[in-house]
Amino acid sequence: MSEFETAEAAVQAALDAGASYADARMMHRRYESMTARNGEIEDLSQDEDLGIGVRALVGSGWGFYAAPDLSDAAARNVGEQAAQIAHASARVAARQTELMPGEVASGSWSSDCQIDPLGISLADKGNLLAGATGTMREHGADIAEGLYQIWDTRKWFVSSEGHRIDQHIRECGAGISSTVIGDGETQRRSYPAARGQYGTRGWELVDELDLPGNAARVAEEARALLAAPQCPAGETTLILGAEQLALQIHESVGHAIELDRILGWEAAFAGTSWLDLAQLGSLQFGSELMNITIDPTIPGALGSFGFDDEGTMAARRDAVRDGRWVGVLAGRDSASVAGLEYAGSVRADGWSRLPMVRMTNVGLEPGPHTLDEIIAATDDGIFMETNRSWSIDDRRLNFQFGCEVGYEVKHGKLGQLLRNPTYTGIGPQFWRSMDMLSSDIVAWGTPNCGKGQPGQIGHTGHPSAPARFTDVRVGVRA
Amino acid sequence: MSESKRTPRDRDELAIAEQVLEVASAAASGADIEVAADRTRLALSRFANSGIHQNVADDTLTVRVRLHAAGRTASGSSTLTNTDGLRALVERSVQAVGVAPVDPGWPGLAPVSPAPDVAPVDVAAGDATPGDRAERIRAFVDAAGGLETAGYCRTSHWTGAFVNSAGQSIRGESAEVGMDGIARLAGTDGVARKASSRLADIDGGVLGARAAAKARAAADPVELPPGRYEVVLEPTAVSDVLQNLAVYGFNGKMVADGRSFAEVGADQLDPSVTLVDDAPGVGSSHDLDGTPRQRLVLVDRGTTVAVAYDRRTAAEAGAESTGHATGMTSWGAFAAHLGLKPAAGTGHEDFAAEVDGPVAEAATAALVANVERGVLVTDLWYTRVLDTKSLAITGLTRNGVWLIEDGEVTQPLSNFRFTQSYRDALAPGAVLGIGGVAEPQPDSWVSARWTAPALHLASWNFTGGASG
Repeated sequence: MSEFETAEAAVQAALDAGASYADARMMHRRYESMTARNGEIEDLSQDEDLGIGVRALVGSGWGFYAAPDLSDAAARNVGEQAAQIAHASARVAARQTELMPGEVASGSWSSDCQIDPLGISLADKGNLLAGATGTMREHGADIAEGLYQIWDTRKWFVSSEGHRIDQHIRECGAGISSTVIGDGETQRRSYPAARGQYGTRGWELVDELDLPGNAARVAEEARALLAAPQCPAGETTLILGAEQLALQIHESVGHAIELDRILGWEAAFAGTSWLDLAQLGSLQFGSELMNITIDPTIPGALGSFGFDDEGTMAARRDAVRDGRWVGVLAGRDSASVAGLEYAGSVRADGWSRLPMVRMTNVGLEPGPHTLDEIIAATDDGIFMETNRSWSIDDRRLNFQFGCEVGYEVKHGKLGQLLRNPTYTGIGPQFWRSMDMLSSDIVAWGTPNCGKGQPGQIGHTGHPSAPARFTDVRVGVRA
Repeated sequence: MSESKRTPRDRDELAIAEQVLEVASAAASGADIEVAADRTRLALSRFANSGIHQNVADDTLTVRVRLHAAGRTASGSSTLTNTDGLRALVERSVQAVGVAPVDPGWPGLAPVSPAPDVAPVDVAAGDATPGDRAERIRAFVDAAGGLETAGYCRTSHWTGAFVNSAGQSIRGESAEVGMDGIARLAGTDGVARKASSRLADIDGGVLGARAAAKARAAADPVELPPGRYEVVLEPTAVSDVLQNLAVYGFNGKMVADGRSFAEVGADQLDPSVTLVDDAPGVGSSHDLDGTPRQRLVLVDRGTTVAVAYDRRTAAEAGAESTGHATGMTSWGAFAAHLGLKPAAGTGHEDFAAEVDGPVAEAATAALVANVERGVLVTDLWYTRVLDTKSLAITGLTRNGVWLIEDGEVTQPLSNFRFTQSYRDALAPGAVLGIGGVAEPQPDSWVSARWTAPALHLASWNFTGGASG
């Protein structure tokens, strides 16, 4: 049987068992990762998984079942089990479940990939990480670490409405970090970001990072942090580097605009959202410089795809326009509940997990400034970059971030290095204080977005650029 | 008819592992070879707005192979477990180990050692149905008395086997049931959660009533100025303390790196604190290296006496593995079943002694009675480490916070942000009391479990109100 035929058999079995709607995703994923430490390879892993997951709707209840067995009988069993579980859901039903009407799509999509990352020899990839971590060690790192990760995913989607879609998505990325041990504390510098940089691209992404060329600098900066003064405490003007602002977008905008959170579907775990659907279209989320899009069509960004995991074709949409909240991340069932006419943001972490509302690429449009102009226009402030810690409340309002490095900004110039920089605030107040934004946009990839029960890891992208914020509380410490 | 009926398989996990070991031994003669076969049947029914909205299950068999040959190491896994799939896994691993970079830190294979003795698996937990989970959710929702509810009921069943070319052969079986839910009232939430190896231990009605009582008692909260306050952390909050101590504190790799405060032999925590990792019977019977799990005392009456090791970190430290390999090499080895020993002789050893109101049960109420002015905290949320060495952590309170005055809970409070060193919070002299009973708490990671009594601490650094 072909992949489509297997998926169709599973869907038909769910319908035969009483489902009014069913869809099936068959996925084959290859994953490779390598870590290096102090000049030596620490771990190499190559994983492969293949299976099928079926989502079935019976009455108002959803059921989902998955298994790695792809025989005809097994596929039919998966469909039947999904329907049986859906029957059980109806025993504690809360609402009518309907799917927003959508275009029944058929098609194929592949991400761009110039250099197949799985085609690069393990020796070459190992030498890259071993060399970079060895250099960091020679330049003062107590612990020098490097990592790359590669995902190669093929998936086939079929629904009882007639969807028939296949996709091939290749993702990879890498990063290095230096940790130094001080008297009672540690310091760390990373490149190009705390968890590296990732995208739906081939190994050319890793080549462009030039890890060896940045290794010595990263180690020396980590060592210098041990002797730097503490970030002062108080309220000041804050300039954020693009990578840190990408995580700020992820945590305080991306999760806040997830429609399942807004509807209370994540209330007990991930949380809800401070956003109220009644204010969609009118709420001033941020300053007029704040333009955030939901865009899974950005070539090479980590949250890009051709179709989401319930068959909706990728499309660009505004989330925040001129500071006003205008859009959400939605799926077909949540859109139906909310009375919205768009979906397209439902994805699953593998065949064995239920598709749910996830970020795609959620990020800023370019501003009118450059980082140099922002610094030159700042008389007194602090510049922070590279995330070190992140925490935000269950309504996505109160956040506190720590960065790896800070610098004083005095009279339009960068000043002395500062260690342990942190800042804290309330989402809308913070975004309304953004008064300068760079035009230098980079789509940062976040490969570790956790959500759902059982837990799922999502891959998201966040176009971001350096920006300035006023009256921000900094220097919070234990 | 449901996923509860175990799918018959023509081979069990041990037979599969032995077959793969045989194939790998022929393909890579003389290599160190490890093979693990793990079958997990995980089911989770999730509810929100007082109805089941997500209801999932999967039945997945995964085979892992790790080879070390000519100084090089490679590992791989696959869910393609038919003959062709397993042969491809071996071939891929053999190819990889031939071209992988040199691995001088390879610790060698686990020696032959038997599985720990554990209680038989509860059949009802292992074979739990969607109906069993829905029944508990129904009870939780009904017990909340009309308050909006959300949460999950989870059942899981694991069977697995590990073999290596040094002769180690070990197999195990376990089951877990967990329930975690909130009740909501006008913007305030109350929570109750519990984990067990027995299905009958999970009573949705008890948990729903507890969550609702807390939610009602949390209504109309007021802001309290930030600052350092004496606190009573309920078991739900103490679980977070245990998790962070396990991952960043008593982790052999973090200790070897100098990134942890833990120092074996040093009096580092209050003498009332004894921490024990009690893994046998919970999760897998052996770790990813094939080392049997064992009970491990990490802190004995305030003195750090051990840290967790896998084979690689143990070899680097000149120690023995404690059976804590996680499969995540960069994270090191940590104790995922950590418990804080409850105080003895308090007269509050029965967790079923429910208290109607903000305090979950009598043992916690006894600690509250000793507080002149302080804060009762139900839950800690989104905690992240600012610095591993001091274990400085920021996070927020959640699911209920109250002011305590003269031994009584007097006023619900709005949530706080805190920035606090967990090491310092438990330092000698900082622990004013420990509850008399500890109840297992489920983790979002199914194979982890934290067993926590309530804690009365001298100081907790609240650095801001969550609302601004």
